[in-house]
Amino acid sequence: MMKIDFSGLDPSLPVKGNAEDLDDEILAAPSFKLPVTVDFDGFQKAAVQMVKPAKGTTTLAFIFKHGVMVAADSRASMGGYICKALLILNLYKINLYLAASQSVKKIIEINPYMLGTMAGGAADCQFWHRNLGIKCRLHELANKRRISVAGASKLLANILYSYRGMGLSVGTMIAGYDESGAGLYYVDSEGGRLKGTRFSVGSGSPYAYGVLDSGYSFDLSVEDAAELARRAIYHATFRDGASGGVASVYHVGPGGWKKLSGDDVGEMHYSYYPIEPTTVEQEMADVRIA
Amino acid sequence: MPKQQANWSPYDNNGGTCVAIAGADYCVIAADTRMSTGYSILTRDYSKIIQLADKSVMASSGFQADVRALQKVLAARHLLYQHQHNKQMSCPAMAQLLSNTLYFKRFFPYYSFNVLGGLDSEGKGCVFTYDAVGSYERVGYSAQGSGATLITPFLDNQLKSPSPLLLPAKDAVTPLSEIEAIDLVKTCFASATERDIYTGDKVEMLVLNASGIRREFMELRKD
Repeated sequence: MMKIDFSGLDPSLPVKGNAEDLDDEILAAPSFKLPVTVDFDGFQKAAVQMVKPAKGTTTLAFIFKHGVMVAADSRASMGGYICKALLILNLYKINLYLAASQSVKKIIEINPYMLGTMAGGAADCQFWHRNLGIKCRLHELANKRRISVAGASKLLANILYSYRGMGLSVGTMIAGYDESGAGLYYVDSEGGRLKGTRFSVGSGSPYAYGVLDSGYSFDLSVEDAAELARRAIYHATFRDGASGGVASVYHVGPGGWKKLSGDDVGEMHYSYYPIEPTTVEQEMADVRIA
Repeated sequence: MPKQQANWSPYDNNGGTCVAIAGADYCVIAADTRMSTGYSILTRDYSKIIQLADKSVMASSGFQADVRALQKVLAARHLLYQHQHNKQMSCPAMAQLLSNTLYFKRFFPYYSFNVLGGLDSEGKGCVFTYDAVGSYERVGYSAQGSGATLITPFLDNQLKSPSPLLLPAKDAVTPLSEIEAIDLVKTCFASATERDIYTGDKVEMLVLNASGIRREFMELRKD
């Protein structure tokens, strides 16, 4: 009996005899093409200079009695320009900053009970978080149960470790609520993965840590924890030129995540520090023209 | 003789500026038609805009060879999509495709700064703006290219709408009518041409709305 020949449907084989580079890109399964150069590192450095991915951010997350509180600013800067791309951790590269965007989504909803924060290369964070969301869903379908926060963060950390040294810039926190309670992990593009209860990532993180650490207590109520997170982001945006825009605060509880607030930091300044009318000692009088 | 280093780069910058504005039921996408290299003009009549689907139009500035390759890849992928799904790609779907296409060249990027405009499935205007490696965001308006730093502050002043991240959400639709938006785009290019040497010659504008798509040209300074 003649077997049906399915080799024509195999996507990895070229359809025509002489496959051009563009055919590979269109028909084959997506993969990362690498440039053929003698000096890969030099090329990547030059490419980064040229494309100037955005940097600068403040993100924070902490675990408390009622789950996880996650907050971030929304400014992205690109070299000297605020663009929509995400921020980087690398404080040393900060030069002149113009805002390229004031409305970047830095808190990514991986699934209804897990959030990821973005710091570093915007494209890197967006792409790998989306990829993580896909892998989490596949896990759910294969295992008939949700993936744990530890498992999700491990998936991401392993992927980033395999691209270690190739110039990816990702500093993210995976926050979620699973069977063992609230979970918070910090994962970065060096391949590091840390479990913890309080993290802040980005160029504004030192300022956010100051406010967060002094006001933190495990027994905070949801409103107080949200106000602490919001205040920490506000202070970071006040002092760090690379952070600004809108401070978003999310809460992850047993029922999943919920966005609690999104406030413009400029308006927050005046609500925290309203302008006092100054007493006038001597008013200037109009001079009469004779 | 001093030691000589190899200095061939696979990239070049052909200059140019692209702008897109989204309205309640229309979208304007515009780009100048000058193509340069260094201080020379290669041509005054080069289109940087391509219509990828019936409701998606992309304008790109940067290295036009990479832009052309990217356009070919997207057009081919759209054709495959139409064969497989028997319908056109929506603008948000095309936006995601463009992002992934750019990111899969993360280690050898397309030197292409893109702006994708069109109508979403509700008929509202949408504009997506990208960086060179694929990060993207849906916005109400955007400028990319050599004149972007000149145009964006002006658009912020005229069109700035409340951030979509605010909660409680504030309405962020551009209140301008289609005629006013086209006029605004013409003003942007006229001003950018004055101060940016890589922008000029002509501006090509595509307007998408419920009744279809139309193209307009306006002359700019040629110096």
